[in-house]
Amino acid sequence: MWKIQDEITIVLCGAAGQGIQTVEDGLVAVSKKSGYHVFSSREYMSRVRGGVNSTSIRIASKPVRAFVDRVDILMPLTEQAIQHVKDRLTSKSVLIGEETYLNSSECGDCPKIEISYQDIAKEIGNVQYSNIVSLGVMSGIIDADEDAMHACIANLFPKKGEQIIQDNVRAADEGFKVAKSWIEEDKLPGVEIAKDPTIKDNLVLDGTDATALGALAGGCNFETFYPMSPSTGIATYLAQKALDFSLIVDQSEDEISAMNKSIGASFAGARAMVTTSGGGFSLMNEGLSLCGATELPLVIVVGQRPGPATGMPTRTEQGELEHVLYAGSGEFPRVIFAPGTIEDEFYLTQNAFNIAEKYQVPVFLLPDQYIIDASYDIPSLALDDLKVEKHFIKTSEGYIRYEFTETGISPRGIPGHGEGLTIADGHTHSEDGHITEDPIIRSKMVEKYCKKLDQLKKDVIPPELSGNPDYKTLVIGWGSTYYPILEALERIGKNDVAFLHFKQVYPVHESAIEYLQKADRRIIIENNSNAQFGNLLQLETGIKMDARILKYSGYCFSVEEITEKLAVILEE
Amino acid sequence: MSSQNPFDLPGVEIHWCPGCGNYGALRVLKETLLESGLTPDQVVIVTGIGQAGKTNHFMNANSFNGLHGRYLSTALGIKASNPTLKVIAISGDGCTYSEGGNHFIHAIRYNPDILNIVHNNGVFGLTKGQASPTSAKGYVTRAQAFGVYNTPINAPAIAIALGASFVARAFVGDMDKTKEIYKEAMNNKGYTLIEMFSPCVSFNHVNTFQWYKENTCYLDEAHDPMDQAAALNVVLREGKLALGVIYRNPTLTTFNQNIRIYETDDRPLYTRDVDMEKIKELVDSFR
Repeated sequence: MWKIQDEITIVLCGAAGQGIQTVEDGLVAVSKKSGYHVFSSREYMSRVRGGVNSTSIRIASKPVRAFVDRVDILMPLTEQAIQHVKDRLTSKSVLIGEETYLNSSECGDCPKIEISYQDIAKEIGNVQYSNIVSLGVMSGIIDADEDAMHACIANLFPKKGEQIIQDNVRAADEGFKVAKSWIEEDKLPGVEIAKDPTIKDNLVLDGTDATALGALAGGCNFETFYPMSPSTGIATYLAQKALDFSLIVDQSEDEISAMNKSIGASFAGARAMVTTSGGGFSLMNEGLSLCGATELPLVIVVGQRPGPATGMPTRTEQGELEHVLYAGSGEFPRVIFAPGTIEDEFYLTQNAFNIAEKYQVPVFLLPDQYIIDASYDIPSLALDDLKVEKHFIKTSEGYIRYEFTETGISPRGIPGHGEGLTIADGHTHSEDGHITEDPIIRSKMVEKYCKKLDQLKKDVIPPELSGNPDYKTLVIGWGSTYYPILEALERIGKNDVAFLHFKQVYPVHESAIEYLQKADRRIIIENNSNAQFGNLLQLETGIKMDARILKYSGYCFSVEEITEKLAVILEE
Repeated sequence: MSSQNPFDLPGVEIHWCPGCGNYGALRVLKETLLESGLTPDQVVIVTGIGQAGKTNHFMNANSFNGLHGRYLSTALGIKASNPTLKVIAISGDGCTYSEGGNHFIHAIRYNPDILNIVHNNGVFGLTKGQASPTSAKGYVTRAQAFGVYNTPINAPAIAIALGASFVARAFVGDMDKTKEIYKEAMNNKGYTLIEMFSPCVSFNHVNTFQWYKENTCYLDEAHDPMDQAAALNVVLREGKLALGVIYRNPTLTTFNQNIRIYETDDRPLYTRDVDMEKIKELVDSFR
């Protein structure tokens, strides 16, 4: 039998409510604690029970941070599982599961191994241990550290009592043994992945965790939301930490209220954030405009999913860039970040609060379902240099909130802090914050907003170039496609191709034009149908993209898919 | 007295039509604030859109003039972030009950410690005379060419049914009694609604000063505002519209009390700092 070397991808595929996530969490933890790098991502239906969902877990000796189609092991947990992932299967994909789930005409010539997790679980004492038997099997396949596996199981059930933990450990051990015996009997390929003990102490975070932690580290103390996939998890995580970090988390009656509450909080000096998705943000558009008019700092997380309207609630897309860029009535400055990595999720969110305060503008974060639900190990997060920058003053008598200044940024007062009065208005207002229709003041106030945009342009995160700086072909991406594109280019291995990734998509960094001009050919890759960022780049630089790789099925790119499509274009 | 009132904004040009009820409403508000001992820096006036929504521009205090219908949400955010501020939210019947109907209902559920004054004139003034959600059936306007056919909203009834902390109704034509009501409302802790009849002299030629004089009456002393059923009866019954403190519900905790973070530390959010060490510990829990 062949050997699986350096990396393996295990796919769990079952119905909602079967406890796949527990197994996923368990396998990710066991892998890392055994000294492997690990990456996990999920795709799931918008239902609480039933259907078919899958989780792909990559375990490797080198860092792995992107979704791949490759399936080495498929664990079907429902009758529809094989049908669901059939396009990803090859003759080297081993199917392991209960007999009934393996009976599919779609299996092709995939090797199959039958096992009854339920029977093993029943023998140990309870059919509920089935999932842990399967976790044991997978741990055996990857030659996990058994002590690490035991420890992880104890962590999975912290409140269940000693007996239940012991039973679960036995269930896992049984699965582990079975897997080992399959390898000995040559039913299953052996796995050779080098272990690195230093990985054991790595962090494993998903996009939700990293965003929530970034918000806390940015001094967020006011978060409002209305539940909406894929960003609900950020709010619920923060709600659990509210007392520890003296933070107010409020589920409002609708997104309109959430937005206007956070604007009120920001006016009163809170570091406020709203979390939503495209549809919810539609309701916040009016509030965004108010935020622009009143020049209040606000962080807005728009977790992207496919639209229009309800679209596909649990799926992924990069379709909201133009929405957030042009949302709101009137003209006012804004900032848009698009995290490409877990580290970006953390640092950009943290920094968003400082940028919002410094320039008194709304700052967006545009993750998507793919990156929000994806997790992988990273060595650490550098917290020592992080600062929570407060940009407000104690007012004195005669203070005026919207004083005209050189930079367009007025000293920001807060009601109740100092002897001055703070007056904000969504109308066009005078420097003192009171309503006006004076054309001269109006013009100066508009120019004030423009000046702030000029200031913001001096503080843009430059795009990151990967590959040969003397490239002929430039591949361009933004946000969550960072690692999938990077890995695809590594696979292609062409020396004259480089990759330019933007984690700040607005304002566009001034270096963009040079990067684009230098290329003979420019290829934009986006998870939407219209190349929204490519169009923005053209608008900002006058340079048109030469080729576009776009996906708008509601599913994320795989490394193989980008590799294939890029290879075709590069051959042209 | 009013010349020494710190809540006066000297030299301001008031945009309301001559004879508008809002002049009286502004005066009674400023006098009540003066007599409360509060200073303008301790108060935030939060307004919506409409004629009443301009109130903050004609007086001296911290203020936030927000969006049509959304001002209660903004007021909630302000009060939640700084419990030391006295937050007074003011707008009209169109803003509060029409555009902001959902926020009105939910603001009552939150029970924030906010005084909400709703100027009810039964018409849209700023947009020149369309029906408001409180306009009577049959009321003809250029927009409601065949007369209003929707049932008027009874906001005090909604508030009482939801068990609001304090519900009162006042008529700007009677300044003395109105001020008494304002004073009582100022001292309430929790969501405090004053529906203020403030006639529109330009567009509503039905609900005039004279009409309100003839069609309102004060609650008698026998009325028990703690009795929810009796209070509901007062606002649902036919005949003259009752004025006074109609309902009080002292059993509620306020939004700020429910937020919990103020239980042991009443400092406003802007004064607080992040404990990076605690964040490090939290990050390390993901190892």
